[in-house]
Amino acid sequence: MKIQYLSIEEIRGPLIVLENVQDVSYEETVDIRLENGDRRRGKVIMLEGDKAVIQVFEGTGGVSLKNTVSTFTGHPMRLGLSGEILGRTLNGAGAPIDGLGAVYAERYEDVNGASINPVSRQYPRDLIETGISSIDTLMTLIRGQKLPIFSGSGIPHDKLAVKIATGSGLSGGESGKFAIVFAAMGIKNDVADYFKRAFEASGAMDRVVMFLNLANDPIIERIITPRCALTAAEYLAYEKGMHVLVIMTDMTSYAEALRELSSSKGEIPGRKGYPGYLYSDFASLYERAGMIKGKEGSVTQIPILTMPNDDITHPIPDLTGYITEGQIVLDRTLSQNGVFPPISVLGSLSRLMKDGIGENYTRKDHAALSNQLFAAYAKVLDVRSLAGVIGEEELTETDKRYMEFGRRFENEFLAQAENESRAVTESLDLGWKLLAALPVGELTRIDGDLIREFLPKDDKQ
Amino acid sequence: MEKIYGINGPVVTVHSAKCFQMMEMVYVGNLRLIGEVIMISDEITTIQVYEDTSGLKIGEPVEGTGGPLCALLGPGILTNIFDGIERPLKDIERKSGAFIAKGVSCDNLDLTKKWDVTLLVKAGDAVRPGQIFAETRETSLILHKSMIPPDAEGTVVWAAENGAYTVAEPLIKVEDKDGNVRDIALAQRWPIKTARPIRQRLAVDRPLLTGQRIIDTMFPVGRGGAAAIPGGFGTGKTMTQHQIAKWSDADIIVYIGCGERGNEMTQVLEEFGELIDPKSGKPLTDRTTLIANTSNMPVAAREASIYTGITLAEYYRDMGYHVAIMADSTSRWAEALREISGRLEEMPAEEGFPAYLPSRLSQFYERAGSVETLSGNNGSVTIIGAVSPQGGDFSEPVTQNTKRFIRCFWALDRSLAYSRHYPAIHWVNSYTEYLDDLGAWYAENVREDFMAVRGRILGILLEESHLLEIVKLIGKDVLPEDQKLSLETAALIREGFLQQNAYHAVDTYVPIEKQYRMMETILYLYDSALRLVKKNIPVSVLTGLGLFEKLSKMKYDIPNDDATAFDAYRREIDEAAETLLTQYEG
Repeated sequence: MKIQYLSIEEIRGPLIVLENVQDVSYEETVDIRLENGDRRRGKVIMLEGDKAVIQVFEGTGGVSLKNTVSTFTGHPMRLGLSGEILGRTLNGAGAPIDGLGAVYAERYEDVNGASINPVSRQYPRDLIETGISSIDTLMTLIRGQKLPIFSGSGIPHDKLAVKIATGSGLSGGESGKFAIVFAAMGIKNDVADYFKRAFEASGAMDRVVMFLNLANDPIIERIITPRCALTAAEYLAYEKGMHVLVIMTDMTSYAEALRELSSSKGEIPGRKGYPGYLYSDFASLYERAGMIKGKEGSVTQIPILTMPNDDITHPIPDLTGYITEGQIVLDRTLSQNGVFPPISVLGSLSRLMKDGIGENYTRKDHAALSNQLFAAYAKVLDVRSLAGVIGEEELTETDKRYMEFGRRFENEFLAQAENESRAVTESLDLGWKLLAALPVGELTRIDGDLIREFLPKDDKQ
Repeated sequence: MEKIYGINGPVVTVHSAKCFQMMEMVYVGNLRLIGEVIMISDEITTIQVYEDTSGLKIGEPVEGTGGPLCALLGPGILTNIFDGIERPLKDIERKSGAFIAKGVSCDNLDLTKKWDVTLLVKAGDAVRPGQIFAETRETSLILHKSMIPPDAEGTVVWAAENGAYTVAEPLIKVEDKDGNVRDIALAQRWPIKTARPIRQRLAVDRPLLTGQRIIDTMFPVGRGGAAAIPGGFGTGKTMTQHQIAKWSDADIIVYIGCGERGNEMTQVLEEFGELIDPKSGKPLTDRTTLIANTSNMPVAAREASIYTGITLAEYYRDMGYHVAIMADSTSRWAEALREISGRLEEMPAEEGFPAYLPSRLSQFYERAGSVETLSGNNGSVTIIGAVSPQGGDFSEPVTQNTKRFIRCFWALDRSLAYSRHYPAIHWVNSYTEYLDDLGAWYAENVREDFMAVRGRILGILLEESHLLEIVKLIGKDVLPEDQKLSLETAALIREGFLQQNAYHAVDTYVPIEKQYRMMETILYLYDSALRLVKKNIPVSVLTGLGLFEKLSKMKYDIPNDDATAFDAYRREIDEAAETLLTQYEG
């Protein structure tokens, strides 16, 4: 019989303090039963002498100092796992909410995971073809990568995530071997529904696991949500050999929950009130993407975050960018001009791209072409700001051609219909076609041999 | 035996102050996690634990070791990959699989492997601290020289025969003047937070050549100096570090991945295994050791990883090698300090960082240097630290404090990175204070006028950044012709010289001689063009010749070992100028 503690010493925000506890371990899970029969779960976050500080996931509303029964479970927060988890909808702490009963558990895993040994990692090289020209050509997504979408409120990042998840070659090539884990943190009910409907429409719903912590759900539970989701993803990837795509949205809400918890613990804040360990905390999530030598599956992450005030230097996007392997930045102006997906090309980057493209992967001109497209589009923005001052008429001949290139690049290359999917080679050819609008002397990033081979002949000067 | 009293993240407290000394290494809990004493007050001893503390219980034992946290130094360090407290990651993998478990105990160096040792001393010899007493071929590139520990001295009373020994077997016995006999083996321990002693510091008088043009010619770092690479995410800090680790002319590379991405370390492991050192034709791993404490590994070990790395570097320096150490990234190390400091409830200074941040940074960077070792050899440690400023803002405390302790600053610029100008080191914001120290070396080993040529190139670039301010307002067309030429030349320098393609077989590494010839050829074109412009030939005619484009590709077109090709470029410039001149004058 486990010891039950019948009284609480102190309640502070989402934290409760128990005294005279014995044999309690750090980060152990606690079962809390309220007077009215409600059950809550918590985690030990600090131990001092015989005092334990416990963070309650569902919040402390309704908890009283007396008549609350707390039991220590003897193990850290765990998630029950088996293949049956596919197709299920769970709450943010991993309990089923789809009315289909408990998930049969083959095994239980600590949701905090453990760090992958760097020597055991398999360096990711397999490209995921998303069918989106800008992503495939300029910031290629690689299986096992963590590539976040930096967005803002009102920009269609959800639509983009769905397009990537359902339209990508991930599901095409080895069907039966892929799964989607969806972790919702503090998003609106509508948004969660949108994802659900989109997964259903694509016929992939029985390969999706959803962890939902919606905007009106307890805030502290949000901290455990991505951990549950990643634990499920790791299980499916490394035990069941599946290629798992994890969509985590919205990381901004997650970080805000963390800030709330940190301040209720009375910790010294870092920048903008976020705890000093925000980087390490993010890393403990993002670094769970990857591939392991000798295992078949992979965990690819697409975290979505809304940049407060569209500010990329805000701690949340900033620290995320330092951990993830690149980022896809969405642009408000492009979005307002009706370009979908509204990807801000210059700020976006895929760090793993270089090893997954080229001769044996996509095509030998890929690296040079994408480099040139970046450089040319950067020049377009320079020319535009100049044109804004002196007027387009006054531009030099070359600069005018850059203006034209910029327009076509946005309307033909970036923009594509929601259901349009372009093969990588198709996207590359399109890139060459647009470059042909520039004087050939401007193509300084590409070797002469490639220009001779790939630049469309008719337009060559 | 002392018992755990409190647990808060990586910080554990013990209700006793008597049993431990400051900085002592301790074993915490039943799993014997490794920790270090960081604070002793009246009643409480505070310990930071280098491993994940979840599952620890109040009342579990804490055991002191009597000494500080040490690195084990000996053959087997090179080609290896360690975590922040020098545990070989491959051993951890063998013991706990792909995920790192808690409390894995493993030997720092392989204790079973036998090394072929040649003894250099015999019974009866007097030995001094730091003296080299035995040699072992550690890798195809590096001869490992075992030294008498800095705290040992006396007469050899027994020496082993040449032969195969493990790192722990005694090779000699040394009797000190008090008659105490001490065994000395290949492997020795050294506390990681203490700098190893040297005889004296030497002047920094030659550069660490990296084969990267913007570094070697524009902002060189001295061998034995310290440099910082600050830049926001995606600007290419890690890429630059990798390039230097691959191509620099150091004898030994210590690469510390401190709080960075796991996949990056995997990439280093893979790539370095395949790459061949251009000078020796041997695999690059043979001169490299890696310390990987990725961002999701315990935060306290992240703090230790920097010290472990510099201790390994100093050890090889003491053998008389030139060591370059890459620390990627020192900001993560500073954040680890902040996190621990926060848990200790210390009074924070700027942005929550502890007030002792500058002193810790200076202690680290001051361990760089070109020195005369105890054995009388010359060795050096060059530190290249990446800094990841929050929001890419260089006014934050880590960048600002780092600037005080380094003399070479390679500022990465986001707008350059956005237009895929790599390396994105910005020529206006970067600086080096080593120019005066290194000028003589360049004059002697490259060309007499090297610094003058470099100065002119930088001058054109600075003129461009000034002119662009005007162009932004009124457009390029209204500038006088000679200024238009400056802009064209600056564009050529940026694209043809400063930009360097790390993935191009020829361009990834460029010898200093070719760097000089490239600059010289660009200036030759500029001077010739300027003469023509003065004769009222418009710049648009000159750029129409295709010479600027041709020169912008000479980095790819001219092989690294064939300097004569530049003469052909000169002749071509001369001929074109001649033709134009006759056209316009005729």
